[in-house]
Amino acid sequence: MAPVALPSSAVSLRDAVALSGRFPLLAGIDLEVAVGETVLVEGPNGAGKTSLLRVCAGLVPLASGHLSVLGLDPSRNRTVVRRRVGLLSHASHLYDDLTVRENVRFAVRAAGGDVSRIDPACERWDLVGRLAKTSAGKLSAGQRRRVALAVLTARWPELWLLDEPHAGLDASARTLLDRAVLEAAAVGVTVIIASHESGPVEDLASRAVTVTGGRVTAERSLHGVGGGSTQPALGTDVQIADVHVGHVKEARVAHVA
Amino acid sequence: MWRDAALIAGKDLRIEGRSRVALSQVAPFGIVALVLFAFALGPDRQVMAKGAPGLFWVAVLFCTVLAIQRSVSVESSDGASDGLRLSGIDPAGLYLGKAVAVAAQLIVLEALLAAGVVLLYGARIAVPWMIVVSCVLGTIGLAATGTLYGALSSGLRVRETLLPFLLLPIAVPVLLAGTRIWQAAMAGGTPSSGMAWLRLLLVFDVVYLAAGVVLFGPIQETA
Repeated sequence: MAPVALPSSAVSLRDAVALSGRFPLLAGIDLEVAVGETVLVEGPNGAGKTSLLRVCAGLVPLASGHLSVLGLDPSRNRTVVRRRVGLLSHASHLYDDLTVRENVRFAVRAAGGDVSRIDPACERWDLVGRLAKTSAGKLSAGQRRRVALAVLTARWPELWLLDEPHAGLDASARTLLDRAVLEAAAVGVTVIIASHESGPVEDLASRAVTVTGGRVTAERSLHGVGGGSTQPALGTDVQIADVHVGHVKEARVAHVA
Repeated sequence: MWRDAALIAGKDLRIEGRSRVALSQVAPFGIVALVLFAFALGPDRQVMAKGAPGLFWVAVLFCTVLAIQRSVSVESSDGASDGLRLSGIDPAGLYLGKAVAVAAQLIVLEALLAAGVVLLYGARIAVPWMIVVSCVLGTIGLAATGTLYGALSSGLRVRETLLPFLLLPIAVPVLLAGTRIWQAAMAGGTPSSGMAWLRLLLVFDVVYLAAGVVLFGPIQETA
């Protein structure tokens, strides 16, 4: 039996356009993320970072262009792709009338995940004891975020899409999150982190791309650990920018696919 | 599909068990509607008993709208519907699960409303099994259509007003058939007089359940 060929790119977007009505969410974006790579997507509010993650999760369809997630077309393999992708978004996707543990259990079972991971995930995010039996409606924003993170780590998908992951978390939870991302990267999980504050998450990523106006406008290397199993397979030239305060230096670099 | 349906139905019924919206808000609303109908018809018990079948099903329709709106709002808060889509859950299972949960709530509501009709309007039921079968088939039809149209209106800001506008006209066959079966059951005539209407309900249920299983996924993605 011939071995199954693994995709070199976890995410491949080429000239991707996504619309909300007639408003462009993504305006011809090109991005390649290698399997096992951790990439930081930075940019100002409204730049298209959240839309980029939602497109990668298969929640927003492309109007034109090409998208491949884990080697699959999300529009044709919706269920398969979604089960292999985890999105930590602004919303926590919780039911207020269910307890913390019931929410985690439901989310993991709905995603076809391994229920034996539920307890370790709840323990990781300190969702134990009385808190585990508390209704989600009574939780603070930070606690809801931790429940969403417990769902993500219990599911342990192959591609993590983290939208402003530190938002609402206290210092200890941020540390736990950073540790979880590093742990995931170490075992080959691909992570894309969107943040308008790049500082706190730069150490986690090997590369940062800047999104502005729904396009990738700059790219730079970081010193984080999430380097990926292969180099990004870029089929076209990309603009690399070293961003300094008040000064932007651009260099054109040709990547060989 | 069946595993997902059981998961969703269990989740929705557990939420209802905690919030008790159907029992504490929808059921009293249905009873109040029956009382108001009684006021509107006047004190003549014969007139009330004659109108009981239609008034029962109108009250059930109003309660269905509220139950469906509740079912939709559960998925609207905190991006829960996105969470379900992201989980990769089978849309057909999701549809069936939500419909089963709505149907279970409606059955309880109908039992309360039926008791209300007997007590308030003095309705006498000669063939009880026809009432039971009509309620079961009517409930399946209402839950099937309501869940489908609830998904259709879920992404819209005007969903509270749009849902009754979409659902009530579509539910007319249930209203008509349910009323005729109740009339036959109350008149004590031969069961065959209500059989044609029972068959109509059955066809309605099959058509809308099939449509829901097929269309719920695409509707959910575009809503």
